Amino acid sequence: MGGWRHSLINIYRLGLKELRSLAADKVLLALMIWAFSGAIYEAATGVSQELNHAAVAIVDEDNSPLSRRFADALYPPYFKAPEYIRLNQVDPAMDQGRYSFVLIIPAHFQRDLASGRQPELQLNVDATVMSQAFIGSSYISQIVQGEINVFLTGRREGAGSPPVQLVTRARFNPNLKGYWFGGVMEVINNLTMLTIILVGAAFIREREHGTLEHLLVLPLKPLEIMLAKIWANGVAVLLGAGFALTVVIQWVLKVPIAGSVPLFLGAAAVYLFAAASIGIFLGTLARSMPQLGLLIILTILPLQMLSGGVTPRESMPQMVQDLMLLTPTTYFVRLAQAILYRGAGVEQVWGDFLAMGVLGAVFFVLALHRFRRAVAQTQV
Amino acid sequence: MDGKLSCAARLTGVSHFYGKSGRVAALGGVDLELPAGLMVGLVGPDGVGKSTLLALVAGARKLQQGRVEVLGVDMADARGRQGLQPRIAYMPQGLGRNLYPTLSVFENVDFFGRLFGLGRRERQQRIDELLLGTGLALFRDRPAAKLSGGMKQKLGLCCALIHDPDLLILDEPTTGVDPLSRRQFWALVKQLRQRRPGMSVLVATAYMEEADAFDRLVAMDGGRVLGTGTPAELRARTGAGSLEEAFIRLLPEERRVGHGSLVIPPRPGDGDGDWAIEAEGLTQRFGDFTAVDRVSFRIGRGEIFGFLGSNGCGKTTTMKMLTGLLPPTEGQARLFGRPVDASDLETRRQVGYMSQSFSLYGELTVRQNLELHARLFHLPEDRREARIQSLVQQFGLEAYGEMVAESLPLGIRQRLSLAVAVVHEPRLLILDEPTSGVDPVARDQFWALLVQLSREQGVTIFISTHFMNEAQRCDRISLMHAGRVLASDTPAALAGARGQGDLETAFIAYLEEALAEEGGADQAADTPAPRDLPGEVAPEARLRRQPGFSLGRLLGYAYREGLELYRDPIRLAFALLGSVLLMFVLGYGISLDVEGLRFAVLDRDDSPESRAYVQNIAGSRYFIERPPLASLNELDRRMRKGELSLALEIPPGFGRDLRSGRKPQVGVWVDGAMPYRGETIRGYVQGMHQQYLEEMQRRATGQAPTAAASLESRYRYNQDFKSLYAMVPAVIPLLLVFIPAILTALGVVREKELGSITNFYVTPVTRLEFLLGKQLPYVLLSLASFFLLVLQALWVFDVPLKGSFPTLALGAFLYVLATTGLGLFMSTFTRTQIAALFGTAILTMLPTVQFSGLTTPVSALEGFGYWVGQFYPASYFLVISRGVFTKALEFRDLVWQLLALAAFTPVLWALCAVLLKKQED
Repeated sequence: MGGWRHSLINIYRLGLKELRSLAADKVLLALMIWAFSGAIYEAATGVSQELNHAAVAIVDEDNSPLSRRFADALYPPYFKAPEYIRLNQVDPAMDQGRYSFVLIIPAHFQRDLASGRQPELQLNVDATVMSQAFIGSSYISQIVQGEINVFLTGRREGAGSPPVQLVTRARFNPNLKGYWFGGVMEVINNLTMLTIILVGAAFIREREHGTLEHLLVLPLKPLEIMLAKIWANGVAVLLGAGFALTVVIQWVLKVPIAGSVPLFLGAAAVYLFAAASIGIFLGTLARSMPQLGLLIILTILPLQMLSGGVTPRESMPQMVQDLMLLTPTTYFVRLAQAILYRGAGVEQVWGDFLAMGVLGAVFFVLALHRFRRAVAQTQV
Repeated sequence: MDGKLSCAARLTGVSHFYGKSGRVAALGGVDLELPAGLMVGLVGPDGVGKSTLLALVAGARKLQQGRVEVLGVDMADARGRQGLQPRIAYMPQGLGRNLYPTLSVFENVDFFGRLFGLGRRERQQRIDELLLGTGLALFRDRPAAKLSGGMKQKLGLCCALIHDPDLLILDEPTTGVDPLSRRQFWALVKQLRQRRPGMSVLVATAYMEEADAFDRLVAMDGGRVLGTGTPAELRARTGAGSLEEAFIRLLPEERRVGHGSLVIPPRPGDGDGDWAIEAEGLTQRFGDFTAVDRVSFRIGRGEIFGFLGSNGCGKTTTMKMLTGLLPPTEGQARLFGRPVDASDLETRRQVGYMSQSFSLYGELTVRQNLELHARLFHLPEDRREARIQSLVQQFGLEAYGEMVAESLPLGIRQRLSLAVAVVHEPRLLILDEPTSGVDPVARDQFWALLVQLSREQGVTIFISTHFMNEAQRCDRISLMHAGRVLASDTPAALAGARGQGDLETAFIAYLEEALAEEGGADQAADTPAPRDLPGEVAPEARLRRQPGFSLGRLLGYAYREGLELYRDPIRLAFALLGSVLLMFVLGYGISLDVEGLRFAVLDRDDSPESRAYVQNIAGSRYFIERPPLASLNELDRRMRKGELSLALEIPPGFGRDLRSGRKPQVGVWVDGAMPYRGETIRGYVQGMHQQYLEEMQRRATGQAPTAAASLESRYRYNQDFKSLYAMVPAVIPLLLVFIPAILTALGVVREKELGSITNFYVTPVTRLEFLLGKQLPYVLLSLASFFLLVLQALWVFDVPLKGSFPTLALGAFLYVLATTGLGLFMSTFTRTQIAALFGTAILTMLPTVQFSGLTTPVSALEGFGYWVGQFYPASYFLVISRGVFTKALEFRDLVWQLLALAAFTPVLWALCAVLLKKQED
């Protein structure tokens, strides 16, 4: 038998062992199941980055039919039913962050409008609420303009249509629904987190229990041990991600997925290789479980926050963008968005595939390089 | 028997079970009276229930069945137990298991002094006396981790004696300690009892020789008491010459099976020069510590060669160098004539290795473990099954085949380890303390297997041990101490040369000789010169040990935790610099500014008008123009790839239609994959379109269009609309959750895993004192981290702090109390560090990032997310942090949020106090 065949058998056998160990750890298993079911559902439905239930208050000093029409036009889901407050309440209420928007309608607004005196409305926006401030204020101004037009001309578009018309269409998510985005990104986040934690922690645990040492005395190569860990944990996480995507996202949340799920899972497999390599690498750096915990946090947070899964990459400083190109997560997020939302095929995303694979290989080699030394260090 | 003696402890019908459904019985209906004022020994191998019994008497374990009365107090009564704890001292099994490795000798004892409420002066005085008396005074400032095994146990004894207990409980205090230190340890205990004759001592031991010196013995096996009496009585009753023999005779018939006097056949003449192992000048240094110092030896084929020495003397390190696990610093080793090389798989196939701790997979069954290894050694399919079958028979594992390895009794587990080590029929076995903690019968069975392997199959066996009687069974042994080989020869020759025929005496003689040669400070502690030990604690000190809440004990715990943290520069640096680093990353990274958007145009008209329209957009700072599009297909392709976030389609005849007033339509495609960004782009485009129209009208009519009414938007708090100003104050709360919560959770669970939690079980510390004491250092650390973050916000990010800093600081204090409390809460129901880490991360990450208002205000959340946000401290501190930074808020504006934050902590404390157990189950 050739050496490589022996190696394959070893990798396969050790991987099966890894799966058995995983199955025996009920707590980890429960957390994993939660991460790919409940957590996805909650992240998708609980949060939205689009305008949703924005808190609005109105200072109505006019109290005319028109001013009341403004209030009626602001309704869920974009806005909460507006609350009426007095002018002197505006500052304290906004200071406490109770309202993101306060619309101030001056006295005699309707009368002045009718008599062509061009009255002025004021909209106070809490600009610290970055996700709502801009979109919300443009919505409100459109709605207010519409009501004024109706009042003056009876038509929402106002008198005479503009010389050029603008027809906007949002592609890939026509109604710009937030949960389409949130759910899928949560799958990616949990994929990253679980893989790194599972592999890194398993490495440290085996090191502490001496089982890694035991394996190294057997005729096994560190390469085989690492590959076994990667494939076994990778398969477990991949199954979870597949479940999350097909059952939770597609079936429960009814999010249409534009592209091919197998292609995405293929990409996920390459990504898992990279993430697991990072996990082992971190495991070789840390000397104890608490140290690993801190390292993992320092790694996962930037990976999740800066890879383009939470906020768009192009709005980050150039340096951050460039640095993040050194992590596989950036490519995976980009690739996942392209495949799942925009239906991109292999021809559009092969470059990202390649980049993930190369980065994964780099971390893998680094981890391999440190493997023996890390195991020898343990008992010191 | 003299039942008139008063009782130190009385056990009635005590049973104890382990395992989920209580399947494993550690104690089965024990009735026992332990007389006071005597030294009572529990003898019996590991796993017979000695430790469980002692832990029950000490109050460390929760009583399940029966009644335990200690010094007249019922141990089931929590209040009585608390009153009793100052009168008991308990030293759990394991070298320095309840000590704190990074703390110095003095600090360790000092900590125990604080737990028992001794005042500073009294503590100083008593510690001085104890350290002098035990010979540890010279090592006052040495970390416990760097003490030898013997010294660790002496330190443990000091810690146990600091509060002058009436009952001293020692669980295998001398296991794994070199013979000289062992002798000294017992001399110390003897002296101590002379000084305080009223003190009762309860000892468990696996060394039968030691037990001979005790006043009373309780022989135990299988969770039951086999017999009690003085050593002489036991020997007389069984008619045995030695205690070990007496013990074996006390065993029930079926347990004695397999025991016979082990006869080791002589080695057939050793083939000279045919060496299995050759080691020359092997040396291993870790930093400035030399673990193994120029060790040389040769082991012939088929020989049983033993390393005899205490824990930490370099046996394990030497073995690791031989297996290739650890490359030697100097020197060389050869196996079967080939230099040891980590990448030489061929040699490894000929070696079987058993490491000191059980290193098989506990979650696999016996059969699965054997099978895994058979496959990893690539035993051919047809031979594999037969081999496993014969091993199972040979090693007596038939009854355990389907059992999970971690549930096996220790002796069986060791047999399994050996079976696994020989599954591939190696020519050399390296066994690192394989019989540590195994009962005498099982040990004999194990040795019978070794002899069989050596004599019948010619396997070379290199074994390490700290049992003299095992060493006697080897063909040759090396005596090891402090990394050096003191002497090497056949056991009989060594015993004859120095020990008047006794190997232990010989070892001690060699040890003393070596120590005298060096005369170094290190060994001074091992020379038996203990001065007078302290007497009783002054009565006024005893009075001060009131039950109930004690600030002193709380601070004792806090001080110790703080010291440990301080000694762990890596954890400290992570905690402080980690958050600063993350602040950089997140402050710069999370930006909700939507800009730098790439767009392209499909201009089917290419007229001056269409170019002007495009220019209107391309000139904006938000958009970057990419090469134009040629077709809808290309548009589709490039948007799919994610290259373009926006595409414009200008119809043919746009300019002409515009001029003739035919109202042409411009088509716009926005990438909606990321809804927030899509929404913003749509807003931008509409705004720019509007501008274009106004510009057109101005050009046509010469004046700006007049609106019927105008809406003026005032962006408050952040006029520049920059993410940084909004995000930096929001990142501070985020960072003050993760690291504090996880550090705190690990701080507690770490004690559970390492064993020092026992100190909480058996000392008068209350739950609240323990919890708050553990929490305090992390609160301080988190506050330090908070100040660093604020400085960073001010100086690095130039985010102005507009409001009241004291209010912010107060909020931060309340907040880190809550977040560290969250960590404590997690630690109450997680048992391993990995679970604590994973659980805390998952349970804090999502709510903090998603539901606390970091990007979406809590008021805009719905359902589950909304309620999580309401009951999550980060939501409130976020309002405070943002309010103070950007809105110039003061204390009175934020009273409500501060109150809400303050409410979390007592609730969390109460939850923890309910969930944390003061005894082990």
